[in-house]
Amino acid sequence: MGLNPLIKIDAISFGYTQKAVLTDINLSITKGEVVAVLGPNGCGKSTLIKIMLGLLRPDAGRVLLNGKNIRKLDTGYLAQEIAYVPQIHKSSFPYTVLDVVLMGRIPHKTFFFRYSNKDLRIAQNALERLSILHLASRAYTEISGGERQLTLIARALAQGANTFIMDEPAGGLDYGNQLKLLDQIVKLSREGYTFVKATHSPEHALWIANRAVMIKEGKIVADGPCDDVINTENLFHLYNARVNVLKFNDGPFNVCVPQTICGCMDALDHCNLSVLEKSQKVMQCQ
Amino acid sequence: MGKRLKMKVKKTIIPILSVALFLTIGLSLTIGKYPLCLADICGYLFFKLTGTGNMDTRHCELVSNLLLNIRLPRILAAALIGASLAVAGASFQAMFVNPLVSPSLLGVLAGASFGAALGMVFSGNWFCVQCLTFLFGFVAVGIAVAIAKMHKGNTILLLILGGVISGAVFTSLLSIIKYIADPANQLPAIVQWLMGGLSLVDYKTLLAAGIPQLVSIALVILFSGYLNALSMGDEEARSLGIRVERIRLFLIFLATMMSALTVVIAGMIGWVGLIIPHITRMLVGPDNKILVPASALIGAIYLIAVDNLSRMLFVVEIPMGIVTSLVGIPFFVIILRKAQKGWA
Repeated sequence: MGLNPLIKIDAISFGYTQKAVLTDINLSITKGEVVAVLGPNGCGKSTLIKIMLGLLRPDAGRVLLNGKNIRKLDTGYLAQEIAYVPQIHKSSFPYTVLDVVLMGRIPHKTFFFRYSNKDLRIAQNALERLSILHLASRAYTEISGGERQLTLIARALAQGANTFIMDEPAGGLDYGNQLKLLDQIVKLSREGYTFVKATHSPEHALWIANRAVMIKEGKIVADGPCDDVINTENLFHLYNARVNVLKFNDGPFNVCVPQTICGCMDALDHCNLSVLEKSQKVMQCQ
Repeated sequence: MGKRLKMKVKKTIIPILSVALFLTIGLSLTIGKYPLCLADICGYLFFKLTGTGNMDTRHCELVSNLLLNIRLPRILAAALIGASLAVAGASFQAMFVNPLVSPSLLGVLAGASFGAALGMVFSGNWFCVQCLTFLFGFVAVGIAVAIAKMHKGNTILLLILGGVISGAVFTSLLSIIKYIADPANQLPAIVQWLMGGLSLVDYKTLLAAGIPQLVSIALVILFSGYLNALSMGDEEARSLGIRVERIRLFLIFLATMMSALTVVIAGMIGWVGLIIPHITRMLVGPDNKILVPASALIGAIYLIAVDNLSRMLFVVEIPMGIVTSLVGIPFFVIILRKAQKGWA
């Protein structure tokens, strides 16, 4: 972590009128990291994300991109560096998927622009990288939620940005589409893209992120590698929920199992974990 | 509509509509109380251009007067108004992320009609009436924008609320003017003006209003690439590097300019700004880069046709605003049925 931070959040505070939403947030994000921002509803995750994108002006502190305050950068330049992938939404107008991805070229344009053949190629290339080129002429309003989310990632790629900031990208998606989306994020992060994503699911963080930042009542309460930070104690502190985090010796990642639904030992008995237990893969169960 | 066909339509629609507009203008020149066939018009044009042909001077003067002083300004005015309202409507629908929005959203029509009534009651000078109409169109929108600026929060929602407030204020003020107007001649003049019509069009007004309208239409078309991104919502547009506040204010200014000037030329013409972008969207899809220019052409053709109807349907001319509403509303009902799928 000796590298210069790509994004540095420096003593950010933010309050809607009087009530403080964020107080004194400090965070450094290095290139290539996948950072999961966790926290209960209303903890300030979305506010932090909007401040990082320059959509909200913090009441104190600043966000630095490669050492430069983002509020002083040209908005078009900022959009070429950092892309926003919003929560699943439905457009009011049935633009084609290609039209939506082409919007990602706007930061590269000046007044009175028309899209060039190069823009078209870049947009098609982005769709191809996410394996959704076949959707290009479909209406954005008619494709599935998962496909819409992939379209928005393709738009972020067309934008030419290296950092993707996502607000609950998997929210509202069915299980299969959630996995497909996470798979794409991992693929892109291996190519060197940086991800910051707010998520409600500690499991998603365990699966794909290499760092978790936990926010409660506008303050960072934990920050570190997912396997260290996402544990029973922190999850209880964060969500007031009793969850066991099971660690496997040689498994790819840890899993969360709620205590409150079936109890710890019951979970091992009933959740098909006995097989794993036999082979002594379960190391830790609090 | 098939995918291929839609792509083809997208590519060829603008030239086709341009030709259609010219044909409509030509055809409309022949329509009127005094029978004048296409051969007459061609003969006249031939006579004027070459100086030869068999036309006696009295007939020539009659045709000239009929075409150039009576029919052509009306047709041009109808085309300008139709195009202006359609473009203002299309840009508002994208900007406010709502396909049900019309150019009157921010109170421009209410303000302009108040201005017109005010001028009719207190000045009587036609030029003064036109200036007040234009001025109060802008005042009403200015109030709506100012109300939105005073508060922090969702700008789109605040602008719409500001427009509701400003529209209500000017509608009430208009009622006061109507109440104090002389019921013998002023009140009927106001009421008739608000029904909309092209009977008072002259070249001077046409020139003064038409040039800013054409410039505004051209600018909105040039900026139409941003409209797609604006219609995805403020945050997304901003994350795409667009200075949302600035561009939106500029587009609101252009739309207000166009809409206020339609009231200056012809009084209140309703429903065009809502219906025409809808119909155009069904034809060419939602991409504003094509939608905006296509709406302008279809709006122009539509309003010329409506003006022909209002002149020829009955012995007496009926106000055009009534016809646009009567034609527009059933259209709207049909559109609503089709649009339930997603405004396609």
